[in-house]
Amino acid sequence: MTPLSQLLPGQFGKLASLNPERGVDQRLMALGLLPGMVLKLIRKAPLGDPLAIEFGGQVVSLRLAEAENLIVDVSADCPIQRPRQP
Amino acid sequence: MSTPEAGLLVALVGNPNTGKSTLFNALTGLRQRVGNYPGVTVARKSGTCDLGDGQKVELVDLPGLYSLAAASPDEQVVIDALSGNIAGDRRPDAVVLVVDATNLLRNLFLASQVAELGRPVVIVLNQADVAKEQGLRIDTELLSRRLGGVPVVLSSAWKGEGILDVRRAIAAALDQKAVLKRVNWPADIAGALAAVGKAATADTGKQVSVADAQRLLFDTNPSTAERLGWTVAQRESTLRSARDRVRYSGYNPMAAEPLVHYAHLRVVLEGVVTEGLGKAGQTAAVDRLLLHRFLGPFLFLGIMLGFFASVFWLAKFPMDWIQAGVDWTKAVVAPQLDAYPMLQSLLADGIIGGVGAFLVFLPQILILFLFIGILEDSGYMARAAFIMDRLFSWCGLNGKSFVPMLSGFACAIPSLLSTRTIEDPKARLATAFVVPFMSCSARFPIYALMCAAFIGPLYGPGWESLVMVGMHCVGLLFAVPTAFVLTRLVLKVKPQPFVLELPRYQMPKPRDVVWRMWQNAAEFVSKAGTVIFAITIIVWALSYFPRDASVAERIKAANPTAAEEVVKAKVQAAYVEQSYMGRFGKAVQPVFDPLGFDWKITVGVLASFPAREVIVSTLGVTYSVGEGAEADSQQLRKAMQDAKWSEGPRAGSPIFSLAAVLALMVFFALCSQCGPTIATLAQETGGWKWAAGSFLYMTTLAWIVAMLVYQGVSRLT
Ligand SMILES: Nc1nc2c(ncn2[C@@H]2O[C@H](COP(=O)(O)OP(=O)(O)OP(=O)(O)O)[C@@H](O)[C@H]2O)c(=O)[nH]1
Ligand SMILES: [Mg+2]
Repeated sequence: MTPLSQLLPGQFGKLASLNPERGVDQRLMALGLLPGMVLKLIRKAPLGDPLAIEFGGQVVSLRLAEAENLIVDVSADCPIQRPRQP
Repeated sequence: MSTPEAGLLVALVGNPNTGKSTLFNALTGLRQRVGNYPGVTVARKSGTCDLGDGQKVELVDLPGLYSLAAASPDEQVVIDALSGNIAGDRRPDAVVLVVDATNLLRNLFLASQVAELGRPVVIVLNQADVAKEQGLRIDTELLSRRLGGVPVVLSSAWKGEGILDVRRAIAAALDQKAVLKRVNWPADIAGALAAVGKAATADTGKQVSVADAQRLLFDTNPSTAERLGWTVAQRESTLRSARDRVRYSGYNPMAAEPLVHYAHLRVVLEGVVTEGLGKAGQTAAVDRLLLHRFLGPFLFLGIMLGFFASVFWLAKFPMDWIQAGVDWTKAVVAPQLDAYPMLQSLLADGIIGGVGAFLVFLPQILILFLFIGILEDSGYMARAAFIMDRLFSWCGLNGKSFVPMLSGFACAIPSLLSTRTIEDPKARLATAFVVPFMSCSARFPIYALMCAAFIGPLYGPGWESLVMVGMHCVGLLFAVPTAFVLTRLVLKVKPQPFVLELPRYQMPKPRDVVWRMWQNAAEFVSKAGTVIFAITIIVWALSYFPRDASVAERIKAANPTAAEEVVKAKVQAAYVEQSYMGRFGKAVQPVFDPLGFDWKITVGVLASFPAREVIVSTLGVTYSVGEGAEADSQQLRKAMQDAKWSEGPRAGSPIFSLAAVLALMVFFALCSQCGPTIATLAQETGGWKWAAGSFLYMTTLAWIVAMLVYQGVSRLT
């Protein structure tokens, strides 16, 4: 279990938990980022923040601070469900 | 505009950037702005749509949103439109849900929420061309059946494909009133919703709908409760026990809604989409380059630099043609009026000299908007926001503030409107406050004039583009610390979340880009015919009158031996100096003296407060009145180059020294000189307080910085 913020670019993870009380996480859930969803950290912005993550066939930008509360499971066998690149 | 009773009302609702406005344009024949980034449309727009059989309905285009749990003002517009909240507005008779065909699951989440409103709907799977290219096959019939029999149609709005199907589907929906299948709420959630609905209905005396009950139960933001007039005291205990009930059933009340909807939709979509062979698209590859850790920022700067260099290079020839046209007109018109010197001066010096000086910049405006159109339509806007977000977060703003600021380089007014996509009111205010610092296209002519007349000839074309780029950065340079102080110290804005979808890249569509250029060109030209024209004539009149013959006689008497030409020039100069404008300019000039402005520039600066472009035409007038009908544009430039201080400590040295040229440009970069911007700022911030603050702050800052530039540079050179 790792915070999403600590993933390396290119690494996959399965969302284990988020904090539904937070406004950001509510927005992400509306976009379909729910526990169990496979996501990929595509890259960090040139200055190290924000991040670009991909899930469910879409690419979304998210700040490092916000990614800290998203806990992902990197050990799970993720890439099987690899989301299609838009 | 049709009146409310006139007919049926249909609303376009959907996620951002799915093509709602493109579809709206195709259905109504109107021209709403479109662009390849989320948040182009920020207000409701309506038009008339023919349903194919002669029946007409009123169609409204709305901002995009991901969820009905709306937080920002642009999203609130949609909620209000769907529930018919705005006074004098009806609930829509049908809702067209515009869905991105390449991402059904996420798009249908909103559809599933809208289903709870129980309105007849049509589902339009737009961008079908892209889905096809990616090899996606969508079984629309199956989807329609699964969704309870509502019409589901494919369209490619920008190609105009499937538009007739959409029209027919709207007609069918209005006719058959098929509603979307709702989710099956687990028993405890359904019970909690019913309890909330009942309590709210009892407390407020209004019939609270199922959809409203969901917003009350699931949302943290209180906008629905406030709208219904359900007070905190009334709702607190009801909501707490309802949420507890949801929690005991195993759902986090804040997560229950997406969990239930998404689970429902996964079942609905089972087998609807088949993935065949298709092209993956270039987005990931292009991003690898444009968002590269090291290359990305350089490419960003390179694109900007290359652009400014090319604006000059490309615009040079058409500008010369327009210039030649203006000069030719003057040469033809002026001699006809030799018998009427006043009329001659009005036409030649005032109208042709002033408005002509302004119109010459049309090609540059066109190229500027070509560039902006390409940025907006390609998908790079959201990437630019991604690259810059870090810098913005440092000053308390976020990437969402970036889009308004970037489009501020075109014009501040639409940018101020686009701050509506920012949720936090304080962050929105701070963004709106700094948007007018962005170097809008109206500042372009004065930079271009100064660079072409002074920087280019003296230092070469390389410096010309560099100074141009530099001038466009001056505003940003001051906007950043301003935002910092405002967000950190004055407003104390909390850190803002930044969730922004990065859309896929596409080839900019010539039609949309050309349309954007055309609209702005039309505005530019019509401005020349209205504001610029009016102010130019006023400035001309004030610098022409009074004309007392005694002035001429006195000068002739004082120079009995001088050549006729020399005397004539002296007479003209004397006339201008003793004109109303001359007297007024000289009276006010001391205020601008530390900036190195002579009285003619001072007059130009003052005349430019309603609209900053006026400076070019006023300089055109003040430097050509008295030059006579022969003066063409080259001579205007020359007149400025040759202008010398006639008195005071600087007597004999050129007025447009490097220091003064830079100070003038910096002054225009920072000064608040746009009536409409001030009015829009007042409207968007809900009062004149911030608008007045912005005006005073920018104008004072402009004076101080231009003064420092002038004093500094004139000591160095
Ligand atoms: N390939 C393709 N592109 C489309 C189609 N319809 C729209 N687009 C493009 O998608 C982008 C977004 O279009 P808009 O009409 O501005 O989208 P919108 O839903 O109004 O966006 P917001 O106002 O930001 O919510 C534009 O660049 C359009 O050119 C389509 O059918 N096919
Ligand atoms: Mg739109």
